[in-house]
Amino acid sequence: MSEIVSKIKVATVWLDGCSGCHMSFLDMDERLLELGSQFDLVYSPLVDFKVYPESVDVALVEGAISSVEDEHKIHNIRKHTKFLIAMGDCAVTGNVAAMRNVFPVNKLLQRIYVAGADADPAIPRDGLPQLAKQARPAQDFVKVDVCLPGCPPQNRVIAGFLTNLLEGRKPEANQKIRFG
Amino acid sequence: MSATAVVKTLRIDGRDYSAKSDDTILDVARENDIFIPRLCELEGLSTVGACRLCLVEVKGSKKLLPACTTAVDEGMEISTNSERLQGYRKMIVEMLFTEGNHICSVCVSNGHCELQTLALELGMTHVRFPYNYPRLPVDTSHPRWVLDHNRCILCTRCVRVCAEIEGAHVWDIMGRGIDSMLIADLHQPWGESSCTRCGKCVQVCPTGALSDKTKFGSDHPKHPEFLPYLNMMREGQ
Repeated sequence: MSEIVSKIKVATVWLDGCSGCHMSFLDMDERLLELGSQFDLVYSPLVDFKVYPESVDVALVEGAISSVEDEHKIHNIRKHTKFLIAMGDCAVTGNVAAMRNVFPVNKLLQRIYVAGADADPAIPRDGLPQLAKQARPAQDFVKVDVCLPGCPPQNRVIAGFLTNLLEGRKPEANQKIRFG
Repeated sequence: MSATAVVKTLRIDGRDYSAKSDDTILDVARENDIFIPRLCELEGLSTVGACRLCLVEVKGSKKLLPACTTAVDEGMEISTNSERLQGYRKMIVEMLFTEGNHICSVCVSNGHCELQTLALELGMTHVRFPYNYPRLPVDTSHPRWVLDHNRCILCTRCVRVCAEIEGAHVWDIMGRGIDSMLIADLHQPWGESSCTRCGKCVQVCPTGALSDKTKFGSDHPKHPEFLPYLNMMREGQ
């Protein structure tokens, strides 16, 4: 990572997750201010850029890959990112998002949007990405450089990792991390 | 130890230890605080050598040997933590994660689970094998406890504690290989089985497969440490 100049470009991405990992990211509190002065957040649900940039140094990806759209996104992210981090159990293992994997997609949609609906029972189709057969971890689609498991990963894990990265140490977590 | 017991001396990871002749490698390791991971073995129960996590290297043996079922021998030289062993252990734990549906974040045993803790200790950050996502049932028929097959690693601790300590032998394993499954009696709902409601199986279960219905969130520490004491009391020691 030695070629990285003073301000690295960081992106955070929210795929099929609950945004808990992003909450944990925000939970770094004052450490986020310290670290934030050392990187540019170029793409994130927390900022207002609509298009994934051409060149990103580090991407923290939350969530499983659950739809055709997610699949396009993760390939695009990999293509334009030097260092891809699977942030949280959904991106690392599929986690809660993958609990639906034992049910066929049609039956699942039928159960939730028709049988389980109080009003207007219909499977929503317009403008929504098509669900993939299964929700799967990011590593099933692209090369993942580092996994930060946890549901969510603790803020100090994310902070420790980013600090290592920004200070030019080996980009890895500074402690053992547990799933869940 | 009786006065006539034979003492064996052996080397573990380059250090000398003495042991009783009927000790297993794991007994010696446990007594001397040498960490050897295991999920099926539990102090107070018979050993089955099923999980293969306690495999160790013994000089002169081409095969890896399970520490829980291998008796000590004079002059044995044992390695418990080589890179090769660490690699295999990690692989076994990863395969356990792919075989069932182990979703720590929504498990009642989160934070108290032996499988989860072992993954942490082995430094496992992800699973390198494809997940199976099997469709497995949950048996809620028992008034007090739940059996969630998604979280079962088939260690058979419950089978053994029920047969050997409680004497009821409600639990057994049905099927073979990947289809193996824990069953009560002759594959009946747990609540309709001959269960005596003693709860020992729940306490020895290393994961959240057997859990208390009254526990919510991740508030379910288990207490398998009662077993050796129970055995001691029974033997009148």
